[in-house]
Amino acid sequence: MLQKVKGFPLPSSVKVAPGTEGAQAAYPYYMQFEPGDDQRFWFYNSMHFPEPMTVFDMVTAEAAYVALGASNTRVHSLPTTKGIDYRIINGRVYIGGNGVTDPAEIDQRVGEFQQRAFYYYENWERLYAQWKGKMGRLIADAEALPKLELPEFEPLENVHAGKGVASSHTLLETWQKSIEGYFRMWHHHFEFLLLGYGAYMVFFEFCKKAFPEITDQTIARMVAGFEAEIFRPDDEVKRLSRRAIELGVDHKFIDGMSADEVLASLRASGDAGQSWLDELETSRNPWFNVNVGDGFYHYHRSWNDDLSLPFAAIPDYIAKIRAGENIDRPTEKLMAERQALIEGYRELLGSDDERGAYDQMIALACRVFPYVEGHKFYCEHWYTNLFFNKVREFGGLLAQHGFFDDGEDVFHLSRYEVEQAIVDLMTSWGNGSPPRGLTRWRPIIAQRKAAITTWAAMDSSPALGEVPDIIDDPAIVMLWGITRETLDSWLHQGEGDPNELKGFAASSGVVEGTARVVRSVQEIGKLKQGDILVCQVTNPTWAPVFQKIAAAVSDIGGSMSHAAIVAREYGLPAVVGTGRATERIPDGARIRVDGGRGIVTILG
Amino acid sequence: MSAETPVVAWFDAIGLSDRPAVGGKGGSLGELTRAGIAVPPGLVVRTEAFEQFVVALDAAEPLRARIEALDPDDLDAVSAVTAKIRARIEQTSLPAAADAAIRSALAQLAGDGQPVAVRSSATTEDAEDASFAGLQDTYLWVIGADQVVAKVRSCWASLYSVESVCYRRKHGLPEVGVAMGVVIQRMVDARCAGVMFTRSPTTGDRSVITIEGAWGLGSAVVSGEVTPDRWVVAKLTGEIPVRDISDKHIRQVPTPGGGIHDEETPADLRRAACLTDAELQALKDVGRQAERHYGRPQDIEWAIDQDGALLLLQSRPETVWSTKEAAPVAAPQANPLAHLMTVFGGRK
Repeated sequence: MLQKVKGFPLPSSVKVAPGTEGAQAAYPYYMQFEPGDDQRFWFYNSMHFPEPMTVFDMVTAEAAYVALGASNTRVHSLPTTKGIDYRIINGRVYIGGNGVTDPAEIDQRVGEFQQRAFYYYENWERLYAQWKGKMGRLIADAEALPKLELPEFEPLENVHAGKGVASSHTLLETWQKSIEGYFRMWHHHFEFLLLGYGAYMVFFEFCKKAFPEITDQTIARMVAGFEAEIFRPDDEVKRLSRRAIELGVDHKFIDGMSADEVLASLRASGDAGQSWLDELETSRNPWFNVNVGDGFYHYHRSWNDDLSLPFAAIPDYIAKIRAGENIDRPTEKLMAERQALIEGYRELLGSDDERGAYDQMIALACRVFPYVEGHKFYCEHWYTNLFFNKVREFGGLLAQHGFFDDGEDVFHLSRYEVEQAIVDLMTSWGNGSPPRGLTRWRPIIAQRKAAITTWAAMDSSPALGEVPDIIDDPAIVMLWGITRETLDSWLHQGEGDPNELKGFAASSGVVEGTARVVRSVQEIGKLKQGDILVCQVTNPTWAPVFQKIAAAVSDIGGSMSHAAIVAREYGLPAVVGTGRATERIPDGARIRVDGGRGIVTILG
Repeated sequence: MSAETPVVAWFDAIGLSDRPAVGGKGGSLGELTRAGIAVPPGLVVRTEAFEQFVVALDAAEPLRARIEALDPDDLDAVSAVTAKIRARIEQTSLPAAADAAIRSALAQLAGDGQPVAVRSSATTEDAEDASFAGLQDTYLWVIGADQVVAKVRSCWASLYSVESVCYRRKHGLPEVGVAMGVVIQRMVDARCAGVMFTRSPTTGDRSVITIEGAWGLGSAVVSGEVTPDRWVVAKLTGEIPVRDISDKHIRQVPTPGGGIHDEETPADLRRAACLTDAELQALKDVGRQAERHYGRPQDIEWAIDQDGALLLLQSRPETVWSTKEAAPVAAPQANPLAHLMTVFGGRK
């Protein structure tokens, strides 16, 4: 008897949820599925976009895929892969790789690749230093964008200076510069990224062949850096905790007190309090420009926008310092451990040939890895915060002029629609009539907000379209960790033990404890010493939380995700990329986390 | 045997190079002892004692010539002749000097009523081949000097089992030079025991140690009577990526008065892991020590006694993967960047 082969639904069979057609249509036409898409394979990019996307936030996908494609296809000429196509339906982003399979085309692209990418590898340090300069200037430009205002009359000095351009024009100019800068940032983001991951993959695949049972996390530990930017925010919180004790203001930090209350009490504490606040300013710029997500949603605010996360960690750190504990990252010990691993595995290799290849591969991986670890701070965190906050400022201005009730509503307009509203406002300011947008946007925003709620409650297939025999697109494997085995596990989802969740084995160790399902940064206060953190996305800004918890479980992330790195540093078991831990694990349940095997068991 | 050649040799006085005089197992236990690895203390009845014993038997009535005259395909003849020879070995007293030397050493090794293991220790490489494995005997929980001496003769007699003799005849091996040492070793009252491989038996990975263990004596694991718990421990990180805890329905325990028997595992232990993580790490460390000492991957038998002490019972070279000629996974490149093409160039 023929067995029915399990497959994924075709894109054309996925219907827009009833009542959300208007919201679906708000996404640009080039993101909508079309009939020809049924012949291709698509998977849900839950790693970057775990929640339904508001129409504005789709700019994060749009700008990223424009730049990724350009880098792969035209700049470095990756031989076997071009860019990523993307579509959105019911708020979920599906993506598909564009592999190159024609041998002649691959050959041609190999020739180009070796003149382009090889040049980057050969000149990595110089080009990376140059990159930091470029990013620095881009950030400075974004910070220098003017405050948005529409005065009653054009300032007299502008008139007397014969400026000849009215204030309203600054709105359009600032808006377009913001969008332009954001797209430019993504080009910088991908300038080195695939090359960096590629060098890491070469070493990774060698290790997997030479040591078939080596864990992903062990390979990651051999390459991980120690001075990486991702550790700095947490290091700064530790520094501030130490300074609080030195300045004698440590008693002002009381568990459960809000950041605002603590700040007020420090302001009233004379010179010592002021000295600490000055220290805080040094830390904030730039290191608190980390957002509590991965940089793809406007509502993932930064520490600078909301100090509650770093401030929640300070009382714990102070208590540890007072108890004589050394809270500094044991950098030297970690470096010695890394060196011991590199040498130990080298010694276990079977021949001098293998050792020679190993030396070449790890040298390259370690050279390029600082970029892979460091870029996120500048791109997805610092620059993205500036960008979203500028958009937020436009939202505030539009709300002030009656376009919507709340400035945050701006994120329910597409970037094209925001520009329309801005021009509408400019027109109104100029001609003295009320803006047309006063009646237009409120019902649309209400409809789109309702759609997000509808979509968030819907199940979405992890993939759509025809199942490919193999997945060998290096971009897909590197950035999303998706292989043929991943697809099989998706196809058989829900057939295993209902109390068991599988994910990436991110940091080894077995721990049983109470699960705390933390859905947003506002809920971080729920965590008690020894709890197991269960969250959607784990990321470096949560690092201060790791001092409290016994283990970490996340819906999204791979073994190279920042949370996995931080968990390994803290020696905590972690399972990441479980898919639905926050849905399936009840808050307060007793669970077992086996970080070595990537298995989470719900015990009751 | 001259007066200067001792009948027995203590473990700390011998090593692998003494194989011709003490057999492979005895030499290996001596080697481990010298390397500072804990093994149950013991000694070897040297091959000269066997040689002297057989020469005396041969003089009384031809023995080796009869074996060499056998046709390995004539099983009836082989059975009849070897049965007779084994009976002669088991019934003939040891020369007085050898007998006294064994009893005296035994008194030093194990006090009154203390159990020992008596294990054959073959001298030929062949005897460690899979084709020869299990052809010699091990006697566990032997109590009292008379019993020990009797088991020494039984080990010697096992050289003349139907299987051993057929093997030698099929390969045309001469009988002169066939010899055996016998290990006499203090018995470990094992809480749990098993085996470990210092490279993966399934993938050949040299960076992991596979440990298998069950409750009671290790003989149940070696003979396959019980499905052992199984762990994979990474050598360098100590991570334990695999933990398969099995239903260990029986365990082998000592019988009062001597010998061993199977018993049902108490219900609360059947599905309980027989090793703690700390014990797994200790096993990993001693496995690495043995592997480093020998310079190649090892196949090890181990036991943990009732007091929690970890002891090795045997360590021999791993044979399955070591004999496979594996091509190097990669070789150095004139331009190191050429490695990148395996990921980017579609070349696997």
